[in-house]
Amino acid sequence: MRRATRHAKWAVCATAVALVATACGGGGDAAGGADGILTSSWGDPQNPIEPANTNEVQGGKVLDMIFRGLKRYDPKTGEARDTVAEKIETTDSQNFTITLRSGWKFSNGEPVTAKSFTDAWNYGAHVDNKQANAPFFSDIVGYEDVHPASGPAKAKTMRGLVVKDDRTFTVALKEKFSTWPETLGYQAFVPLPRVFFTDHDAWLAKPIGNGPYTVESYTRGSGMKLRRWDGYTGEDKARNGGVDLIVYTDNNTAYTDLIAGNLDLVDDVPAQQLKNVRNDLGDRYINQPALIIQTLVFPLYRPEWNKAGTEKVRRGLSMAINREEITKQIFQGTRTPAKDWTSPALGADGGYKDICGDACTYDPAEAKRLIEEGGGLPGGKVTLTSNVDTGSHRAWMDAVCNSVNNALGRGAVCTVNPIGTFADFRNQQTTYKFTGPFRSGWQADYPLIQNFLEPLYYTGGSSNYGKFSNKEFDALVDKANREADEATAVKDFQAAEQILAEQMPAVPLWYQNGSAGYSERLSDVALNQFSVPVYDRITVG
Amino acid sequence: MGRYVIRRLLQAIPVLLGATILIYCLVFLLPGDPIQALAGEKKADPNITAILREQYHLNDPLYQRYWYYISGVLTGDFGTDFTGRPVAEIMSETFPVTLNLATIAFAVEAVVGIVAGVFAALGRGKFLDNVVLLSTLLLVSVPVFVLGNVLQLVLGVKWAIAPISYDSEDMTTLILPAVVLASASLAYITRLTRTSMMETMRADYVRTATAKGLSRSRVIVRHALRNAMIPIVTFLGVDLGALMGGAIITERIFNIPGIGGTLYQAVYLRQGTTVVSIVTVLVLVYIAANLIVDLLYAVLDPRIRYA
Repeated sequence: MRRATRHAKWAVCATAVALVATACGGGGDAAGGADGILTSSWGDPQNPIEPANTNEVQGGKVLDMIFRGLKRYDPKTGEARDTVAEKIETTDSQNFTITLRSGWKFSNGEPVTAKSFTDAWNYGAHVDNKQANAPFFSDIVGYEDVHPASGPAKAKTMRGLVVKDDRTFTVALKEKFSTWPETLGYQAFVPLPRVFFTDHDAWLAKPIGNGPYTVESYTRGSGMKLRRWDGYTGEDKARNGGVDLIVYTDNNTAYTDLIAGNLDLVDDVPAQQLKNVRNDLGDRYINQPALIIQTLVFPLYRPEWNKAGTEKVRRGLSMAINREEITKQIFQGTRTPAKDWTSPALGADGGYKDICGDACTYDPAEAKRLIEEGGGLPGGKVTLTSNVDTGSHRAWMDAVCNSVNNALGRGAVCTVNPIGTFADFRNQQTTYKFTGPFRSGWQADYPLIQNFLEPLYYTGGSSNYGKFSNKEFDALVDKANREADEATAVKDFQAAEQILAEQMPAVPLWYQNGSAGYSERLSDVALNQFSVPVYDRITVG
Repeated sequence: MGRYVIRRLLQAIPVLLGATILIYCLVFLLPGDPIQALAGEKKADPNITAILREQYHLNDPLYQRYWYYISGVLTGDFGTDFTGRPVAEIMSETFPVTLNLATIAFAVEAVVGIVAGVFAALGRGKFLDNVVLLSTLLLVSVPVFVLGNVLQLVLGVKWAIAPISYDSEDMTTLILPAVVLASASLAYITRLTRTSMMETMRADYVRTATAKGLSRSRVIVRHALRNAMIPIVTFLGVDLGALMGGAIITERIFNIPGIGGTLYQAVYLRQGTTVVSIVTVLVLVYIAANLIVDLLYAVLDPRIRYA
């Protein structure tokens, strides 16, 4: 760790404290400029770092530094740009021909070929490898053979992937999916070198990729050192010498280290510090919308929430929530009141639009009227459920209930059902135990409107925990996926979203922002849509 | 003596088994599915879930799973957590760190506590005694997380003379966390030493020793302190285990990757085997510390004999 040199002063400083206390600690002792190395806070990834097995931000951070896939999302606009891919062609939105750019190499010298991709995808999809992101390959023909719904695999590879030559391969999808190439910026789709398959343990201990950084050392539970790879030929060469990721179990400690000058970058400002962060950091604090939305989902599998007229009750409840006040008071502006079911990080072209309209605007009188018109709250009361072990969930649930109770003026009809742990909450959510609205946090895997709608509200969708089902909605999503033109597809998705506004299967609460703070040594710090710092662009000086 | 030790070690076996059974049951009775926890906010894939449940025997009855686990442990295999990582590897990375922390804390509380207690007892009612009484009262009443955060802020941020977080390549970064960890016990030991010393200083044999014309330091160290040590050693022995198991808060404040944080994470993610294994080792530490304390009694007081 770079900090070692600084900490070694401890013994000397302790004796010198009475004389010149301020002369110790702080101060930049590391080299700046193009070879400057920055330190950044990190969390220990739960699963081993494998592209198809990493489904959380911390492991994703590393993958983003050491891998480049066919496409990469522009950190600013979210547009999926060809990276390793030279072109991805299709005539029917179902069969794609992918041509790779020449010259890409893994950091061990092995060239990136079509086979590097197909091997990686087949590995990720295969049920025996137990990869968490396997469902991402489920659109490809032959997925059922390598990953049946139950029982052992019937094939080693997917029929839909065919290598034509070193730089070309074709992909056959089961159904038309026009925006499929846009999903290829997701980390599960990166290529893998041969050594990943031949010496898996060694690879896990020190992952090898084709990105702008290489892993110098990795100590589980304490940190990872990444260094700029000078042989990298991509356009986004790292503008610093490397990044030392340091595991912090408590983001408060990381923040304190940042303030004391021992750490350069913190990408998660603790809630308790939000009041001070402007004072402490000034303009070295970033707070911008991410691809995360929090909603309250109604249990539409319960008849009392799904009979005719209850859509008015659901709409009324949405209008009884004072989002402006709650995001300001409880979240200090790190949440933005929601106006639709996606995220502002998509941008207007990506499909973000104020579709919820009045239904997401605080109007207590109208809320009361709608709820009464719809037959009142089922049983005269409503109970909100969330886990309360993280994320100020208890505080905002209380605030939402107060807001609803004040609007309805019927006493405490809204109550909260706090669940002690996330695991218990998930257990009850996935087994459809909740009888009232429950929290749902959704972080998109790729900046596509499709990812905000289909998994959550399509009949039988993978994360449709409220069991919302609407033929019209499903038809519009199917239509959107068939469109050849992306802009038209977005329009179809927005039309589908309009149905959510009418039916209100889930109340949009707020968009969660990504936050970060950094030291004076750094400049050009930015977060991408996934709230991950864009490390390769940071300069140290 | 040897037979006594063997008997105590045999007694430890049912204690250890009982403790593991109890903890095993508690962890696995916690609500929440560990396999679903692997998938985070997403829904776990049904086929992979089925394979993993089979692989980790999650479909078997509790007693059978316990049998798989304990028979593994008896052959030196602690099994793996649900991501496939060997628990022995997790423990070998985290235990040394906590052991270092606890050892430094133990040394601090033993040395500082006994010395301060002895001086306070000898100067009873004088200025130094009052200072000791007052400062220990303060240490006992301030919770560890307050003390930890305040010292971190004052020494680490304002004065910048102490490290804020742990650095694996620099052991001196453990000094401040160890002092914080030891603070409460330090106060108890000081007060215990003070009371115990005052009692023995009044004892007949001490008066006799003084009357014999022995030097004051010899009277204090050889005759008074040695006898006054028995309650202190008892406390220290129990405290060694408490320091290791109770380091969770201190480890969190100073970002020390020891067993505290690992245990917390493991409970949170329902990594049952990790939790049970770590706690089992902690139980072992307790048992060993207690045995050593009992043996030390005989060394300190010749009247106590084990047969």
